[in-house]
Amino acid sequence: MAKNYVSTIINGESAEFLCEPQQTLLDVLRDVIGLTGSKEGCASGDCGACSVLIDGTLVCSCLVLGVEAEGKSITTVEGIADGEKLHPVQQKFLEHAALQCGFCTPGLIVASKALLDANPNPTETEARYWLAGNLCRCTGYDKVIRAVMDAAAVMRGEAS
Amino acid sequence: MNYIDSNLKVVGTRPIRPDGVDKVTGRAVFAADTRVSGMLWGKILRSPHAHARILSIDTSKAEKLHGVHAVVTAKDFPDIANEEAFVGEGPMNFRDLSYNVIARAKALYEGHAVAAVAATTQAIADEALALIDIKYEVLPFVIDVEEAMADNAPILHDDMFTGGVTPKPTKPSNIAKVLTFKKGDAEAGFKDAEVIVEGKYTTKPVHQGYIEPHACLATYAADGQITIHSSSQGHFMVRAYTAKLLGIDIANIRCTPAEIGGGFGGKTLIYLEPVAVALSRKSGKSVKMQMTREEVFRGSGPTSGAAIEIKIGAKKDGTIVAAREVLKFQAGAFAGSPIGPGCMCGFALYDLPNIEVIGYDVVSNRPKVAAYRAPGAPITSFAVESALDELAEKLGMDPLTLREKNAAKNGSKTHYGVTHANIGFEQVLAAVKTHPHWKSAVPAGQARGLACGFWFNIGGESSASVHVNEDGSVSAATGSPDIGGSRASMGMMVAEVLGVPVSRVRTTVADTASIGFTFLTGGSRVTFATGMAVTQAAEKVVDELKKRAAMIWEIPADAVEWKDGMAFPAGSNAGAFEPLDLTAIAAKAGRTGGPINAEVSVNAQGAGAGFGAHICDVSVDRETGHVTIERYTAVQDVGKAIHPSYVEGQIQGGAVQGIGWALNEEYIYNDKGQLENPGFLDYRCPVASDIPMIEAVLVEVPNPRHPFGARGVGEVPIVPPMAAIGNAIRRATGVEMHNLPMSPPKVRAALDAAGK
Repeated sequence: MAKNYVSTIINGESAEFLCEPQQTLLDVLRDVIGLTGSKEGCASGDCGACSVLIDGTLVCSCLVLGVEAEGKSITTVEGIADGEKLHPVQQKFLEHAALQCGFCTPGLIVASKALLDANPNPTETEARYWLAGNLCRCTGYDKVIRAVMDAAAVMRGEAS
Repeated sequence: MNYIDSNLKVVGTRPIRPDGVDKVTGRAVFAADTRVSGMLWGKILRSPHAHARILSIDTSKAEKLHGVHAVVTAKDFPDIANEEAFVGEGPMNFRDLSYNVIARAKALYEGHAVAAVAATTQAIADEALALIDIKYEVLPFVIDVEEAMADNAPILHDDMFTGGVTPKPTKPSNIAKVLTFKKGDAEAGFKDAEVIVEGKYTTKPVHQGYIEPHACLATYAADGQITIHSSSQGHFMVRAYTAKLLGIDIANIRCTPAEIGGGFGGKTLIYLEPVAVALSRKSGKSVKMQMTREEVFRGSGPTSGAAIEIKIGAKKDGTIVAAREVLKFQAGAFAGSPIGPGCMCGFALYDLPNIEVIGYDVVSNRPKVAAYRAPGAPITSFAVESALDELAEKLGMDPLTLREKNAAKNGSKTHYGVTHANIGFEQVLAAVKTHPHWKSAVPAGQARGLACGFWFNIGGESSASVHVNEDGSVSAATGSPDIGGSRASMGMMVAEVLGVPVSRVRTTVADTASIGFTFLTGGSRVTFATGMAVTQAAEKVVDELKKRAAMIWEIPADAVEWKDGMAFPAGSNAGAFEPLDLTAIAAKAGRTGGPINAEVSVNAQGAGAGFGAHICDVSVDRETGHVTIERYTAVQDVGKAIHPSYVEGQIQGGAVQGIGWALNEEYIYNDKGQLENPGFLDYRCPVASDIPMIEAVLVEVPNPRHPFGARGVGEVPIVPPMAAIGNAIRRATGVEMHNLPMSPPKVRAALDAAGK
């Protein structure tokens, strides 16, 4: 089967790849590009472990085709930190112990960043509904929500 | 040494876990994240039938497909003797495990693996699976546990005769065994009872629901040396079981633990690894396999569904005089449900004079059950704790008072023979009593439920090593996969013993060739047993450091004492020397005897049982039957919290899994015995918007058998939620909630049936 040429930006860097027409963006990221931070938990858009941003919009990369990335800017979990400086969401996940096994964490980090970009001052309920597409089986969400709320406060300059 | 009453500097604090940055930046390597050059993709063909005889398998077309390098079926696996071993928290029959990994004469459930291929791409592997021609004779099947026990039920195994009954039956049965536990005389006890409650309860099988599907990468080299990279709760378990199922020496297999994306008991056995090795052996190439979510649901183990009958009798003052329970547990297609713990755990919380418990282990055409967090205990406690709440109401007694009155304490003898020692159930109940949640008025429109839970916790075999590096920093390694932050607690215990900041200690999980045997991560054993090993290793290193300081100072070793991470002369007689820290001693290690290391292996005993109590406020939407958890508090005796955040996390996570079990999760089968909801859309795990904050209250009754007083914490919290929620719903609606899940249609139907 002929492969498609796709030109895109991934985590701020120009990226070109060849992919089959039916290959999902998740498969391209993991198997073609080698960015394995995005996880496959279900491949049906139910668990959110593969969450990425396309031009700033939060999507499940398992529900997007690789060819759809043409001309777009993709942000994966690998692109959330600024070099070695962690994003406040990442830092607060560590401080609040908001991860146990860590498998859903990449998706939660990306989804939480998207939340705080869109809504810098979410209520607990808004955070819970925004993150309802990201399954976590370990934490019961308590520390995840606390980490996100704390990160929001840091980003607003109200906490450190 | 015992540090329980000492002035701890590291243990009990909340440092950032050593593997944390990797996990928030996407760098952590989970099982499916590894690839090697020239590797193939392995895929499994699964039975579409719930029960079918396999008449023939023709793989010739698949083998001829370009890109296919190997096809395996049952004939590529040796026959394994029928041999039962008790491993971890449940029985394991290796013949059954082998049959579960790849079907032999019959496929016993929809999703049972029948054949596998390895091909250059996933797409070609899928194409090859479609070319395998299998002739089945479809057989009658049975899904429900009580139907499977009926006389005329389709029989899964012609050679299964019910164990535990005399005389030995002559007719095969789906009842693998019957267990009976007795204490006192239940029948006589009920005659003394003034108030009796009785009920029948059912629970559905629920899946552990780890977000990471099973995955592995295996290489069989030309010299017979095997490497396996996979995610499991025990890489030594993977090594032993793979060796057993393939008839290979253990020494020829090296297993590397990938980061594990959740297990909850479900990764205490193997599905893919022997198949990947067989495919690699046949193809001469590395083979990577990963299950789809659908395969995880259809092919890997949930915990048992069950039917339970219960009867409890008490005096008017609340003293329970007799209790009887009959439990029928689904084992899935092979014997070995958690019926044993199911029989033991429900009444283990109470000091009762007369108990009779009968348990049935029953096979049916479902995936073989696997361990799930306190296997068996949540099921039995749903019945016991619900019945106790009904009893309390009948007695006109506060449900907490009823439990206080009958609570097990040190010296209470259980119906399974163990006498409780060093338990903290009374302290847990006392903490409930004084907690603001329990003392608060129930908000209007809501109702409050209380339920308790118990788990044994286990110890067992663990190995750990501690190395002082050339610069005085410290590397610690254990054989326990880190499933929820255990690297942090291991490093903290080492740092505490050595007297150094936790940032000076890096903890890793070593592969099977790099550390001594370590039993799997399960039974809430790692902080206890592996923690004991790593503590002892650190103590040996301290002894060695003292010796080295003594050599440097040229004084006797017993004239050196270790304090705050430094060697000091022990008193003025020893001489006047400046203290030496790890860096100073390590710098001279070459001249004082070489590297400073210790490895310790233990078989830890005295894990210390765990008790918890959950308080739950709910509101019920009478129109839709939807239940909202408004407030939730989980109180638990944790012995000593090494890293309190991760202890709280265990309690919060366990409680929320229990909430899912209570309110939503179930397997739905069609009339052909096929699973209709094998995905996270229709198998509804709790999401963030379903749940309030979960307040975890840590009660610390130290376990004297652990150097820091720790006891296992991971399993108890999944035990109380079902009854706590059911009791709250009953108090809200006046309708008994005896069947799980208490999902909106079921609650609505129960309200309808009660005319409410």
